[in-house]
Amino acid sequence: MIDFFLGHYIYWAVITLLVIGLYGMILKKNLVKKLIGMTIFQVAIIMFYVASATKWAATVPVLDPVLGAADAVKYISPLQHCLMLTAIVVGVATSGVAFALVIVIYRHYGTLNESELMERMKSS
Amino acid sequence: MIIHNSPALTPLLLLAVAISIPVLAIKKTRAAYPVAMAAALFSLIISFFNLSRVWTGGPFTYNFGGWIPPIGIEYVLDPLSAFVALTVNLVAFFVLWHSQGIMERELPGRAVPYYSLVLLLLCGANGMIMTGDLFNLYVFLEIFSLAGYGLVGIGERQAPVAAFRYLIMGTVGASFYLLGVGFLYIVTGSLNMADVRNILPLVYGNPAVTVGLAMMVIGMGIKMALFPLHSWLPDAYTYAPSTSSALIAPLGTKVAAYVIIRILFFVFDVNYVSRTLSITDIISWLAAIGIIYGSVMAIAQSEMKRMLAYSSVAQIGYIGLGIGMANPFGFIGAVLHILNHAFMKGALFLVAANLRKNSGHSDISRLDASYRKKLPWSMAAFTLAALSMIGLPPTAGFFSKWYLALAAIEKSNWIFLAVILISSLLNAVYFFRILEKVYLIPAESAGKDFLPDAKNGRGSFLGEEEYSLMAPTVVLSFSLLLLGLWNVNIVKGIIQRIIPLGM
Repeated sequence: MIDFFLGHYIYWAVITLLVIGLYGMILKKNLVKKLIGMTIFQVAIIMFYVASATKWAATVPVLDPVLGAADAVKYISPLQHCLMLTAIVVGVATSGVAFALVIVIYRHYGTLNESELMERMKSS
Repeated sequence: MIIHNSPALTPLLLLAVAISIPVLAIKKTRAAYPVAMAAALFSLIISFFNLSRVWTGGPFTYNFGGWIPPIGIEYVLDPLSAFVALTVNLVAFFVLWHSQGIMERELPGRAVPYYSLVLLLLCGANGMIMTGDLFNLYVFLEIFSLAGYGLVGIGERQAPVAAFRYLIMGTVGASFYLLGVGFLYIVTGSLNMADVRNILPLVYGNPAVTVGLAMMVIGMGIKMALFPLHSWLPDAYTYAPSTSSALIAPLGTKVAAYVIIRILFFVFDVNYVSRTLSITDIISWLAAIGIIYGSVMAIAQSEMKRMLAYSSVAQIGYIGLGIGMANPFGFIGAVLHILNHAFMKGALFLVAANLRKNSGHSDISRLDASYRKKLPWSMAAFTLAALSMIGLPPTAGFFSKWYLALAAIEKSNWIFLAVILISSLLNAVYFFRILEKVYLIPAESAGKDFLPDAKNGRGSFLGEEEYSLMAPTVVLSFSLLLLGLWNVNIVKGIIQRIIPLGM
């Protein structure tokens, strides 16, 4: 049982982060906290990908003259890292758009609290 | 030869033009519209050319940078992707044509960012449709979505809040999709759709495959606004500028529906998703609930754009129902409804935009008989699109419902058949209450407002409509008749060739 948890600890960490992110997005009232939740959610997925690239007794995927290029087992998989570079860029772009929207919302309504926002939207 | 690069041309050109519009229009903002229009026309021509090339020569692929798949990214044009790409580009072209006339009222001074975002949206849609790579699809999905958030957010006062909600939900959807792709990649070691399809039968027993598929479908279900994941849609469509909602409503959800079809039937196979996992059954039941829910909510709305938004939830349900029934008739119905609904919703939202331009509102309660004189062509277009939504022959909407009904009969699932029939009646309720207000009140009781305005120099032929707004609306909605009359050719010529193996 302990092996099951310790042997997959990175996945437990990912799941915990995913749940924290979802919690932030769904239950927090403040829009910026929702965004923090969203970022945590995205970072958890990035961790998941990067964790899946690891291997025992392997090194970073940069050509090492000592190890040579013949044996791919000695290097960890580079593909996931490349994919996640793209995903990070996408995440940054999403946060940028989201913060722009938050600024516009604050200018219009003067609040970032969701329930106050709902009231002010109805009254306007 | 440039001909051989035709799949790559559309997304790359749209991306390049989207980025260069702010530069080109730095001195003259009026330049944005013709440039965007030219790019949209070009991608329309290319997608038409692609479909004809698929029609005569069968499916073909394009390898980006010359890397051979599964290592490189490939673009696949088979009948399905060529067909959906043409649909998307056609509707987008008409909406873009219409957008110029409405720009000054809805988005004064924001034409440059608007057209730039529209082309980014189109780039994302074209890329999502044509790509044969699961991760590349995610990237284009995000390009598409980010442009969509922007297009919603530049609307009226409440629009940024709606766009923010859409962004949170959409990002969760895209992240779920990405997580699903991660699971599949860990198990299969490939991202190329065709390659994954070949490897998957060896690993179907692996629970990670099931989880990955479920994540991808949930993620795309959010983007597609499949019931109970639709909560972002009504606000986003209502508060977005009319011309944005006319663009996002026909395109956004359809492209996601296409991705679900692609994943369920062309990456996984029919047997696995419908018999081993019965994931399609879940989709079809959710869709059936969504059809009734969306129709009932649409009846309860008093604002036309909001009504159309809820009606979208219902119409997405039809596509989901067709996908979920996983038999040939259901598949034909779903793909045909992607085409038909794109045209219908496009036309209806354009009418809502014309209403707002003409009288500053689109409240259903304030519509009256004067509108049949003021906006004769918009109202005629509305009537035709409404009849098509209800599903009266020979309009296009009838035939997709017909195939869905056939699919329900073939499955002997009488509840689905009842859902299709009841929802047609509910559609009739919420559209006829508008038609009744506009057309059924006799001229005498409508008051003197109804009398044609003699001193207004315009002839009664156009009413108060502007040609640039009237023409695309009318073309889009009258093409529903053509789509209806030609549906045999579309089904026989294209859709029947797409039906996946083993269905």
